[in-house]
Amino acid sequence: MDTMRDRFAPVVSRLLDEDPRVAVVLAEIGVAGFEDARHRHPDRVINIGIREQLLVGAGAGLALTGLRPVVHTFASFLVERPFEQVKLDLGHQDVGAVLVSASASFDWPSGGYTHMSPGDIALLDTLDGWTVHVPGHPDEAETLLRHAVAAGDDKVYVRLSVQSNAEALAVDGARFRTVREGRAGVVVAVGPMLDAVLAATEGLDVTVLYGTTVRPFDSAALRRATDAAGTDVVLVEPYLAGTSTAAANDALADLPHRVLGLGVGRRELRRYGQIEEHVAAHGLDARSLRERIGGFLGATRVSA
Amino acid sequence: MTTTTVNRGYGYADLPGLMELMSGDEKHGPAATSTLDALWVLYDRVLRVTPERADDPERDRFLLSKGHGPMAYYAVLAAKGFVPVDWLPGFGSYDSPLGHHPDRVLVPGAEIGSGSLGHGLPIAVGTALGLRAQGLHDPRVWVLVGDAELDEGSNHEAIAYAGPAGLDRLHTVVIDNSSASYALPGGIAARFEAAGWSAETVDGRDHDALYAAFTAPHPGRPRVVVAQVEPKTA
Repeated sequence: MDTMRDRFAPVVSRLLDEDPRVAVVLAEIGVAGFEDARHRHPDRVINIGIREQLLVGAGAGLALTGLRPVVHTFASFLVERPFEQVKLDLGHQDVGAVLVSASASFDWPSGGYTHMSPGDIALLDTLDGWTVHVPGHPDEAETLLRHAVAAGDDKVYVRLSVQSNAEALAVDGARFRTVREGRAGVVVAVGPMLDAVLAATEGLDVTVLYGTTVRPFDSAALRRATDAAGTDVVLVEPYLAGTSTAAANDALADLPHRVLGLGVGRRELRRYGQIEEHVAAHGLDARSLRERIGGFLGATRVSA
Repeated sequence: MTTTTVNRGYGYADLPGLMELMSGDEKHGPAATSTLDALWVLYDRVLRVTPERADDPERDRFLLSKGHGPMAYYAVLAAKGFVPVDWLPGFGSYDSPLGHHPDRVLVPGAEIGSGSLGHGLPIAVGTALGLRAQGLHDPRVWVLVGDAELDEGSNHEAIAYAGPAGLDRLHTVVIDNSSASYALPGGIAARFEAAGWSAETVDGRDHDALYAAFTAPHPGRPRVVVAQVEPKTA
C-alpha cells in the first residue's frame, strides 16, 4: 500500500491545476514530487531551500496577497522549529494556510529523535483557531487534504504518517465516526490508532469513536456516546499522550467523568529500530492497549 | 514618476506635533525617530498607496518589520489619512487600536502586525512571490527593518533566498542606527550584495538622497537601501 505522503504531491498537484489560488511552498523536502507541477505552475510551486522560518513566513506573505498556501515539510521543521512564525505570521496576521507535515511521531525510528515530533498537535493547541486533521489511511489523507485546501482561509494542519489502518473509512473533515457501540465506556481512536484500538477492544462492551479531525474536538459526538456508554473515556492518540484530555474534560465538564489519555510518552526513548518497536515501547500495541483500556474501564466481555 | 498620494494637508513639519500627541512631550525615543525620514519619503513620494487604495491588489505594499517604537509610523499614517489624528492621543491604551507594536487587524493601512524581530522580511518575500504568481507585476513590496534586527536568522534566510530568486519587486530599507552589538562598518550592504541584491547606503536624514536611492532602477535584483542615522547611543 502507498503511504499518505505518497498521495500528497499528486493530490496537491491536481489542486494546483484546478484552483489558481493554490500555491505550494517547500523547503527542499518533497520537491521531487512537484517536478511536473512546477513546470505547469512555476510561480505557484516554490522551493525556498532549507529555510524553515522563511518557509512559514513566505507562506504567510502569499496568503496576504490572497493565495491559499500549502506549506510542507517534516513535522519537526514545520511546527516546532518555526513555531513563532506559525503563531505570528499566520495567527497574529489573521491569515490562513494549510500546513502539511510528514514524518510524524516516530515514522522514521532509525532517524532518531531529531526527526520525531510527537508534540506537534499539543503545540498547535496553544494557538487559537487551528483545524487539525489526522488521517488514518492514505485515502482519508487524500480526502482531508482536499477539505483543508478548500477551507477558505482557515488555518489547517494535516498530519501525514506512514502508520496506517488497513482499511479507509469515509471521513467528512469534521466529525468523529461511531465504529462500535457498547455500554461500558467510550474509546476515542485517533487516525492510525484505529486498528490497534479495535483489536484491543474486541469483545469488550465499549463504544469506539474514530477521530480523524481532532480540532475542533467533536464534543457533541463524545457526549452523545456517553449517553449509552457512560462517562468513562479513553483517548488513544498517535502523538503525545494526553493531548486531547483537556478537550474531552471540557466536553464533559458538567458531568462526573473520568478520562484516560493514551499516546506517545513524553520521555525520549533514545532508541532507533522499527516503528512496531516504538509502538510497543509506548504501550500502543493492541495487547498493551487492551490491558490499559480494560483496566481503566473495568470493561466486561460482551456476553455471546 | 507620477505621484498618486493624496495630500491630506499635513507635511513633514507636522510630524513632530503628531508624535507629541502620542508621547505627550517633545522628546521621542531614538527608536521612534530613526525611521521618521525614511517613512516620510516613502509615503510622501514613493509608495503608490492611499487610504482609498488600501485594499487595491495593485497597491504598493509597505511592511513595517521594525514594529518597536512605532510613533513615527503612526504619525505618517495619520498625516496621510490612513488613521484619524484623534486616535493618536490614546496611543497604547486599552481602547486604542494603536499599540506599542502595530497590529494589522487594528490599524488601517498597516500591512502586517510586527514587534517580534525578524518576521517582516520573510513575509515580504512571500508577498512578492504571491503578487508575481497572480500576474501583479506592478506593485512593489517594501519592508523596513532595523540594523540590529538583521541579527535574526530568519532575515538571513530571506536575504539569501530573494537575491538568487531575482525578486526585483522586493525592497528593503534598513534603518542603521548602529544598534547591533556586533557589526562591521559597511557590513550591512555587503551582506545583501553578497546575496545578489542591489544595494546602496545613504544618509537616512537626507530626503533627496533617500528618494534617489529608493527609486534607482535595479533590474532583475531585489534592492536594499541602508539609511544611516545617528547612533542609538548618541
